[in-house]
Amino acid sequence: MMLWLAIALMTGVAILAVLWPLSRRAPASAGSDIEVYRDQLDEIERDRAAGLIGVAEAEAARVEVSRRLIAAADAAGAEAAPGPDAASNANWRRRAAAIAALIVLPLVGAGFYLPLGSPDRPGQSRTDVRELSPEQRSIAELIGRVEAHLEQNPDDGRGWEVLSPVYMRLGRFQDAVKARRNVLQLLGVTADRETDLGEALAAAANGVITAESKAAFERALRLDPADVRARFFMGHAAEQDGRPNDAADMWRKLLAEAPPGAPWVGIVRESLARVDPSSPAPRGPSAEDVAAAAELAPEQRAAMVQGMVERLAERLKQDGGDVEGWLRLMRAYMVMGDKAKAQAAAADARRALAGDAEKLRRVDELMKGLGLEG
Amino acid sequence: MIAEIGHFALVLALGLALIQALVPLAGAHWRDAALMNTAGPTAHAQLAFVAISFAALTACYVMSDFSVANVFENSHSQKPLLYKITGVWGNHEGSMLLWVLILALFGSLVAAFGGNLPATLKANVLAVQSWIAAAFYLFILLTSNPFLRLDNPPFEGRDLNPILQDIGLAVHPPLLYLGYVGLSISFSFAIAALIEGKIDAAWARWVRPWTLAAWMFLTLGIAMGSYWAYYELGWGGYWFWDPVENASLMPWIAGTALLHSAVVMEKRSALKVWTVLLAILSFSLSLIGTFLVRSGVLTSVHTFASDPTRGVFILMILVLFIGGALALYAFRAPALKQGGLFAPISREGALVFNNLFLTAACASVFIGTLYPLALEGVTGDKISVGAPFFNLTFGPLFLPLLMAAPFGPLLAWKRGDLLGAAQRLMAAAGIAVVGIAVTFAVSGGGPVLAPFGVGLAVFVIAGAATDIVERTGVLRAPLAVAFARARGLPRSAYGSAVAHAGLGVTLLGIVCVSTWGTERIVSLKPGAKVEIGSYALTFEGMVTRQGGNYRELIARFTVREGDTLRGVMNPSKRTFPARSTSTTEAALLTRGVSQIYVSLGDPNDDGSIAVRVYHKPLVLLIWLGAVVMVLGGLLSLSDRRLRVGAPKPAKPARPAMQPAE
Repeated sequence: MMLWLAIALMTGVAILAVLWPLSRRAPASAGSDIEVYRDQLDEIERDRAAGLIGVAEAEAARVEVSRRLIAAADAAGAEAAPGPDAASNANWRRRAAAIAALIVLPLVGAGFYLPLGSPDRPGQSRTDVRELSPEQRSIAELIGRVEAHLEQNPDDGRGWEVLSPVYMRLGRFQDAVKARRNVLQLLGVTADRETDLGEALAAAANGVITAESKAAFERALRLDPADVRARFFMGHAAEQDGRPNDAADMWRKLLAEAPPGAPWVGIVRESLARVDPSSPAPRGPSAEDVAAAAELAPEQRAAMVQGMVERLAERLKQDGGDVEGWLRLMRAYMVMGDKAKAQAAAADARRALAGDAEKLRRVDELMKGLGLEG
Repeated sequence: MIAEIGHFALVLALGLALIQALVPLAGAHWRDAALMNTAGPTAHAQLAFVAISFAALTACYVMSDFSVANVFENSHSQKPLLYKITGVWGNHEGSMLLWVLILALFGSLVAAFGGNLPATLKANVLAVQSWIAAAFYLFILLTSNPFLRLDNPPFEGRDLNPILQDIGLAVHPPLLYLGYVGLSISFSFAIAALIEGKIDAAWARWVRPWTLAAWMFLTLGIAMGSYWAYYELGWGGYWFWDPVENASLMPWIAGTALLHSAVVMEKRSALKVWTVLLAILSFSLSLIGTFLVRSGVLTSVHTFASDPTRGVFILMILVLFIGGALALYAFRAPALKQGGLFAPISREGALVFNNLFLTAACASVFIGTLYPLALEGVTGDKISVGAPFFNLTFGPLFLPLLMAAPFGPLLAWKRGDLLGAAQRLMAAAGIAVVGIAVTFAVSGGGPVLAPFGVGLAVFVIAGAATDIVERTGVLRAPLAVAFARARGLPRSAYGSAVAHAGLGVTLLGIVCVSTWGTERIVSLKPGAKVEIGSYALTFEGMVTRQGGNYRELIARFTVREGDTLRGVMNPSKRTFPARSTSTTEAALLTRGVSQIYVSLGDPNDDGSIAVRVYHKPLVLLIWLGAVVMVLGGLLSLSDRRLRVGAPKPAKPARPAMQPAE
């Protein structure tokens, strides 16, 4: 509403900017070339008096400028006599111009703004979480809550561990590095955690296995020489160092030791095929892979939401009195398109909140709103 | 909401531009004062709406409103406030918005300060200005709209190209655009005059302040850009003959030629046809320049194909304005009356000489810039035209210009006395010879031509001084007379002398740096020393630091001359994770007008780091010369003659202001 008010106001001002000068009768003050030539004559006189130019030159220049002055004065005289119909036409022209302004401005405004603009889309400030879409709100709220919690209790290693994969998915790699460093410090060193750190460091460097990242993988391998991910990344490090043969050896060894049906075999084969064309090419991507790749961003988002929602559900199992939590959980399941789970969550909520009529009423209301059966 | 208000304001500016493009034109045709009067208020309103639009986009950047696609693509919530603001024009869409903002600003300025213009000319100028504006509003709204929104606003933006995250971005593009776009006023004046069919000496005077202002901004913008490239890119070079730089140099050369030929037109009513053509060409070149840079044609010809709408639109604007203007010119120019006659050796002759060489130099840059593009477009061959080409073409064309610059102002109008001028320049030539001798003695060998370059620079500066000395007669006449003459001398005379001297200063800097500049590329371990010039730099060590949106590796050098500590230098390398790029921040130590320049290469595994160290004698003169030129422009702009014809605002008599008896 405010926006439309502002738009109407601006259009009004624009129209006024055209109508106002049309309503004035007096011609605007204006200069003419006669004044310029008069000044040039004065200047010649000044220069002559100061001795900058000689008398003969001054005379010649004066004649030349005077000729221009006379011509300009003649032209001005011819113009000054307006045609007989000038006055009667004036009103007609003004009206035409005014009507043009009244039509053109709103028409151009609507014609361009309506197809191009997004008047109903709210603006958003980075700090203003309230105006996010519900799906984003749940993620943002959860992250914000965990972050706030960790600000109060920076020694909660478990919190950092929960947060770090979320940061990775959001592409906040520097934050992920920080979180994973904290995890190592607070919860102790394991091969897995070192590998996590190395992965985050590499992601932060846009996939380059930096010296720092490589050191993390090396520490992981000292703790657990069989760590698959660390070995895989060390292969990348070798490849990036310009030692493709070493990389190929490492990956081949990894494949040879792979347990049957290991999910990571495909990606290792792909990497191997890149450095060693002679190796058996990996099977073509499956239909699911293609689908997943095509929708990477929504996919990632769904995975992330899922992780969040699962944790929320876990917490509600322990603390069933939080009605806001239940409502959010139901909404989240609906956003993920899982109506059955939303239905189940609603049932759980009704059981957990059985003693509180007010809270039950809110659950019922939302169920109605979401189209769930009571 | 803010973004939408900005969007609508831009649309309204288009509507106003359409009205301003037609109504005042019709008014001028029918000599209808009311219709002509609409030009002023609509120009002001246009500026107001574009300003609202620009402010709205800036607000979105400051608040990191990532629901605006443009903000998401070019900003980052953790970026320092200054770079959030400068980021507004650090991208194609935003910079086009700045472009039209300045266009509207100039329109509004003409409306406000054009009181000395005949009503019809003013109305026509503002109408033509509005055609340009309308074309650009359309271009922005239809192909480069910065206000488009995203359905799902992301949490974080993609950040601005780190090289642009520098104070230079705050100053360089606005200055350059003020210059580029300022030339649009000269263009509008030329077209308006062609429409009216009335081009005379007065026109030259009216167009002069606008051309001068645009030229000053362009000079500053180019100098600033050159200095930015010098310290940010880490190569220590100040001019690369890069197409983007050439794109800004061409309108500058044409604008310089225009300034000079307009003097002839104003004084003698001659060279009219040529001056009008230059006014058209200057802005056409700045249009081409803007688009070469902005459309991405320069990086590859094929960018046109990748964004067909934008490319085609650009071509249409170019064809419409340049082609239309030249067609109108061809149609009207033959009808223009010949002006005053003059002998080849005369002030006019000297200015024609200046114009011929400037235009030829401009053509050489034009060919050097566009030929590789055309060749790649036609045959697909990639060739690169760099410094060698320009040294062989641009250099020889500028040399006679520099030698002639001191002569021009000493020649009389109509028929000059070359021998007399040469005699009066004997003192300047003498000083130049002394300069050459001293340079030979001090440098002790080295390139033979360099001392002559210094001599030429000294000659240009001393020649500019000679001009003022001669005009005031300070050496011949009594002091009181000379003083009176000095006061009577128009400011524009001082302006041209100062600007010519600035040219000499820049030349001096270029010659010294390219001849006696030294460079060392070494790998240093902490504690190691490198010597350059008379200085010794000690590498003290490195530290890392976390900035807002980057991480920084800072090296510390102490600079000693003999045993005296001259300063500490901290070059650094910055890594920006959001774009995963890094920038080199060179460290500069200024001694007088010379500089020591240190930039970091990559660190090695053994703890050493590659370092480039340059000693740049008198390097600052290159840019100081440009500043001096601009000061000359300012002096010239303050000349009272440029305001002649402005009707004095009616002021009620105020007895209190009467001088006391």
